[in-house]
Amino acid sequence: MEKELRLMKGNEAVAEAAIRSGADAYFGYPITPQSEVIEYLMAQEPHKRTGMVVLQAESEVAAINMIYGAAACGKMAMTSSSSPGISLKQEGISYIAGAELPCLIMNCVRGGPGLGTIQPAQSDYFQSTKGGGHGDYRLVVLAPASVQEMYDFVEIGFDLAFKYRNPVMILADGIIGQMMEKVEIGPQKVRRTMEEVIKQCPWGTTGKPTTRERNIITSLDLVASRQEAFNLKLVKKYDEIKEKEVKYELINCDDAEYIIVAYGSSARLSMKAMDLLRAKGIKTGIVRPITLFPFPSKVLFDLADRVKGFLTVEMSTGQMVEDVRLAVQFKKPVEHYGRVGGVIPSPEEIVNALEQKIIGG
Amino acid sequence: MTEEIIIAGFGGQGVLSMGKILAYSGLMQGQEVSWMPSYGPEMRGGTSNVTVIISDERISSPILTKYDTAIILNQQSLDKFECMVKPGGTLLYDPNGITRHPERKDISIYKVAATQKATEMGAVKVFNMMVLGSYLKIKPIVKMENVIKGLKKSIPARNHHLIPMNEQAIEIGMKEVQQV
Amino acid sequence: MAEITIKDIIKEENLVYKKSKVLTNNTMSYCPGCGHGTAHRLIAEVIEEMDIQSETVGVCPVGCSVLMYNFLDLDMQQAAHGRAPALATAIKRLMPEKFVFTYQGDGDLAAIGTAETIHACNRGENITIIFVNNGIYGMTGGQMAPTTLKGMPASTCPYGRDIEMMGNPLKMTELVSHLAGTYYVTRQSVHSPANVRKAKKAIRQAFENQKLKRGVSFVEIVSNCNSGWKLPPVKANEWMVENMFPFYPLGDIKVDGQLVTK
Ligand SMILES: Cc1ncc(C[n+]2csc(CCOP(=O)(O)OP(=O)(O)O)c2C)c(N)n1
Ligand code: SF4
Repeated sequence: MEKELRLMKGNEAVAEAAIRSGADAYFGYPITPQSEVIEYLMAQEPHKRTGMVVLQAESEVAAINMIYGAAACGKMAMTSSSSPGISLKQEGISYIAGAELPCLIMNCVRGGPGLGTIQPAQSDYFQSTKGGGHGDYRLVVLAPASVQEMYDFVEIGFDLAFKYRNPVMILADGIIGQMMEKVEIGPQKVRRTMEEVIKQCPWGTTGKPTTRERNIITSLDLVASRQEAFNLKLVKKYDEIKEKEVKYELINCDDAEYIIVAYGSSARLSMKAMDLLRAKGIKTGIVRPITLFPFPSKVLFDLADRVKGFLTVEMSTGQMVEDVRLAVQFKKPVEHYGRVGGVIPSPEEIVNALEQKIIGG
Repeated sequence: MTEEIIIAGFGGQGVLSMGKILAYSGLMQGQEVSWMPSYGPEMRGGTSNVTVIISDERISSPILTKYDTAIILNQQSLDKFECMVKPGGTLLYDPNGITRHPERKDISIYKVAATQKATEMGAVKVFNMMVLGSYLKIKPIVKMENVIKGLKKSIPARNHHLIPMNEQAIEIGMKEVQQV
Repeated sequence: MAEITIKDIIKEENLVYKKSKVLTNNTMSYCPGCGHGTAHRLIAEVIEEMDIQSETVGVCPVGCSVLMYNFLDLDMQQAAHGRAPALATAIKRLMPEKFVFTYQGDGDLAAIGTAETIHACNRGENITIIFVNNGIYGMTGGQMAPTTLKGMPASTCPYGRDIEMMGNPLKMTELVSHLAGTYYVTRQSVHSPANVRKAKKAIRQAFENQKLKRGVSFVEIVSNCNSGWKLPPVKANEWMVENMFPFYPLGDIKVDGQLVTK
């Protein structure tokens, strides 16, 4: 069969992938730069294509709680928003993590804090990778660097969410969401039947038959010792995720003397910078974390033995750089370069930063 | 081959759709493409631009500070992007409403009076296709058959009867373009 | 005949209209023909006429009027999306002698901010709420609002609002009129000179009421969104008269704490 290629925006790719992966529901609220997700879904009428439910909620708070309700029935549900809206969802995300429910959340990050700007940024790294809401929990965080990955990570994200009964976040930004690239579209997956949902998610609140105890979805436990045991169970789950699910891409690292660590659109900007640096004879490679939680610490730790230094490039004032420093454990210098507030670093600036902060420093 | 292009003008001039058709044409002939628009509160008029990259290789940054070609449709964009064309690069512009013309000596400059021509013909809607035609005359990076395929993919099926008109506009643009 | 100079023209007796001093000199960023600009002007004129510029604190929403603070020469706060009535509650309670108003679109007030709106109205905060209802999300590019009419297209209901799927348009103004905490509730428009005069009277009343300390004064302004509706300004106003007014009828709904019986 010939593969189907389309030119799509990242936001549209997420929406199409949701339909094709057999998702049961999308709930969202408009916000720039990701409103195309719900606009595309509404134009596609997935209720006619697959029976998927799509609803524009009255707020992000409502949307994430619709996700809670859907996920607690074992349904495949996703939402998307951009930074201010994701902040609003944090209460719900914490409850979803606390109730061990699977779901997919896409954050098309814009500059903050507050209302900030609508231009691209990567300033929600801490929020995404360290929990975000209250309590001790983690999301699995996937960082797409292309429109194809926006598409692919929807299905991968749902798989991880159901495998670990944990919320998964796709951490994109205004560049990845707004740009169009070539996308290879996969086949339409059939949505699970109710029987299949019950089989896959026997914990779901789908109605109590006489054959099992009732299912209760809650994140409440008033007995401290039991709550502690639950927290430790989560830790075990996160440890397993760290062990099995780390993903990253190495670009020209084999002979590299300097490493740029960058994810998402920053990795794309850095690839251009790498070409410029190599043209000057400076052997530069890129480590592109694809999962931000779990973070690819081991590969950075190992690389530190044979390279001269690391530069992280982020559209933030320096967030991922902390994880890179932890990974490298002071074996080699680690510096940060970033532009913020919706300003995008140019490849030339990245070249300068590496030359001045790492080579010259 | 990698061609890095900026197309810039007013919102409503069809800048984004011209870029999309170009990118789709590249895709139809098996190349890597990216299309990155400026975005903002879209309702306020103002300027609009899009970076299109067509390449035989994986595309690195979709956002650039230097371009092989700049396609310029208003004065603000000319002022902003003329200096960002790589030495030896190409600048194509529509002189309509331009009071300060391009001045660089180290790039090839072309112009096409597409606004005027399109108005005369009562075909303002395909103004952007004329400009695209001029560009393709200067840099035939995509084959005409692929442009037609790109058009079919970019415009909704209900408007497919307009494709011959678009094709014609591309041909006119090819004829009208002049080197400065 | 001697030539007329600009000095001959700029004379007190020739003045028919003047920009309120409560408006700044910044150019408004609204689309040509948008009702937001007129609504801003009326608020500025009322504040100037009441001579309360130094006594007034305004709260801007998230929406096209997010930059209202650029256009009104007042102390203003910019709220998170939907939360303006909560900010206004605090401002008024901490400075009861000040005049406090919020200015909110339909997405802001009637979707994400429903809870804040209902509860500020129910508590009877002595504030003025100006609610600009254009039936769409203007700022973000024309998505469906809670007030979008049945069958009306928007970018998140491209085939028109389907009541089965998206529910009914919300008459927030009627709803708050039934809460004990509202004192004055009215629906106006600013699309014709006569309506502008009425709307201004209503806004004036809504600000005067704050002196009485009897609860919320709520002024809805049914307005247009040329860009979101994809209509030229004049057509947009015609469309509004034909389609919006029958569902959102103009006039007072509650006066002096009493529902108006029609
Ligand atoms: C928490 C949050 N969610 C979403 C947005 C995006 N947003 C900005 S304005 C707006 C709606 C504006 O519509 P309305 O209140 O009707 O005002 P108008 O622009 O039409 O005047 C939305 C959803 C945001 N800024 N913050
Ligand atoms: S988008 Fe609509 S509401 Fe916003 S300024 Fe333009 S016309 Fe007014």
